[in-house]
Amino acid sequence: MSYSEKVMEHFSNPRNMGEIENPSGVGTVGNAQCGDIMRVYLDINDGIVNDVKFKTFGCAAAVATSSMATELVKGKTIEEALKVTNAAVCDALDGLPQVKVHCSLLAEEAIHAALWDYAQKEGIAIEGLEPPKSDIHEEEEEEEAY
Amino acid sequence: MTIKTIYLDNAATTAVAPEVIQEMLPYFETLWGNPSSLYAFGQQTRSALADARNRIATHLGTSDQNIYFTASGTEANNWAIKETMFAYQNKGRHFVTTAIEHHATSHSAAWLQKRGYEVTFLKVDKDGLVDPEEFRAALRPDTVLASIIYGNNEIGTVQPIKELAAIARENKVLLHTDAVQVVGHMPVDVEDLGVDFLSASGHKFNAPKGVGFLYIRKGIKTKGLLDGGAQERKRRAGTENVPYIMGMAKALDLSVANMHERTAHEMKLRDRLINRLLSEVEHCYLNGHRTQRLASNVNISFEFVEGESLLLMLEQRGILASSGSACASGSLDPSHVLLAIGLPHEIAHGSLRLTLSHETSIEDIDYTVRAIKEVVAQLRRMSPLYEDFMAGRKALSAVK
Repeated sequence: MSYSEKVMEHFSNPRNMGEIENPSGVGTVGNAQCGDIMRVYLDINDGIVNDVKFKTFGCAAAVATSSMATELVKGKTIEEALKVTNAAVCDALDGLPQVKVHCSLLAEEAIHAALWDYAQKEGIAIEGLEPPKSDIHEEEEEEEAY
Repeated sequence: MTIKTIYLDNAATTAVAPEVIQEMLPYFETLWGNPSSLYAFGQQTRSALADARNRIATHLGTSDQNIYFTASGTEANNWAIKETMFAYQNKGRHFVTTAIEHHATSHSAAWLQKRGYEVTFLKVDKDGLVDPEEFRAALRPDTVLASIIYGNNEIGTVQPIKELAAIARENKVLLHTDAVQVVGHMPVDVEDLGVDFLSASGHKFNAPKGVGFLYIRKGIKTKGLLDGGAQERKRRAGTENVPYIMGMAKALDLSVANMHERTAHEMKLRDRLINRLLSEVEHCYLNGHRTQRLASNVNISFEFVEGESLLLMLEQRGILASSGSACASGSLDPSHVLLAIGLPHEIAHGSLRLTLSHETSIEDIDYTVRAIKEVVAQLRRMSPLYEDFMAGRKALSAVK
């Protein structure tokens, strides 16, 4: 298993890493058990993703896909951001090793979860957006069993 | 800018010692005869082989007829486990092992299970130690063999093998120990230990990869995995790997001659590394027993960070380490050993194994501490788990 140069470059110098204060929407997906958690912050104005930041706990593939996915949605309309797919993120990174392809799923999910959070706060519906499947905050009660 | 490489993965493999290379060369260049050939050219290698076997046996406190050369520690483990269970199946079909074995053992156990054998996996405590009384309780009249790893390759915990071997013997059960991380690094006297089988691997003590051996106590009837010629007292067929066996004997000579100094040096550096990391990095824990531990092993979990990222960032700073067993890399599950000592998954994912050698310097250790502190801080700045923890939100990772 080895990573493309692009993956290593984004892993070593991740773009848009950090937080946004008072974000328009935040989404956290993934599962610490599997070793990958991704959180995306969005700043949305007039239907445009003005700014995006991420934080990720995970392998190099998870960090690089977070970095690339945030690059791909930055400055885009909500509709365009919604269309950033796993495959697009993977392609932009010159591919991922087969065992790491599942990491790219998280990037798309995290962006969708953040958009969902934005839609909830604004009381609007975004066409084609499904509620997040694995938002971690929904699982907190179960996690207390530790 | 070139960075100095600091190799801290000696549990994965070691550098071949220059003296070992010198020892092997004649057996490639001139003395390449087959030890089974009758003419003098073959007999020369035959006697070299006998000498190597004799030296290895002496270092282990036994006689040369009890040492069988193999192609690896993995082969030795497979042989001892599968073939012994098969050979003694009239006594029973029950095998006992632990939850923290190397895959060479745990996958051999799974192989047995698939063929109708029964396997008991002993639990270990939070330090990775087997409870001797639990071991005793697991032994039954139909138990043929137990296999317990001597020094754990991931967390470094050293089991009380002598005590466990005595319990096995009282209960008429054979005991195999995987001593791959121990031979060449701790004094081993097989007769004193009272084990029936012991596996070793050359490349863990500065011999080349592709050679190991199995000690089998005299009187035990276990044929090896390979059928063919009459090599290895008719138990393990295949023309002997003479150069590598000569190299392994030389490597063990060197290890034994300097063992005390080497171990003392490694322990001093190991303890410095452990103490500095535990006191200078927040939210990290030592895995494995603090003192009943291999001299070269450090295994630490850093909360809120993930192991692969940690390894890659250390590699960028010239430090080569591993996260769990090297064999586990590429798999997505955290190490079974770390789970067996009770670590939650997310903390197991943040584990780092650093294994030193006698050539590691104090400067290497201090550089490594600095690099780890930087890398862990960098990854925590990126970690949503750390953000939640610092914000006082309930962290998802359990606090140990």
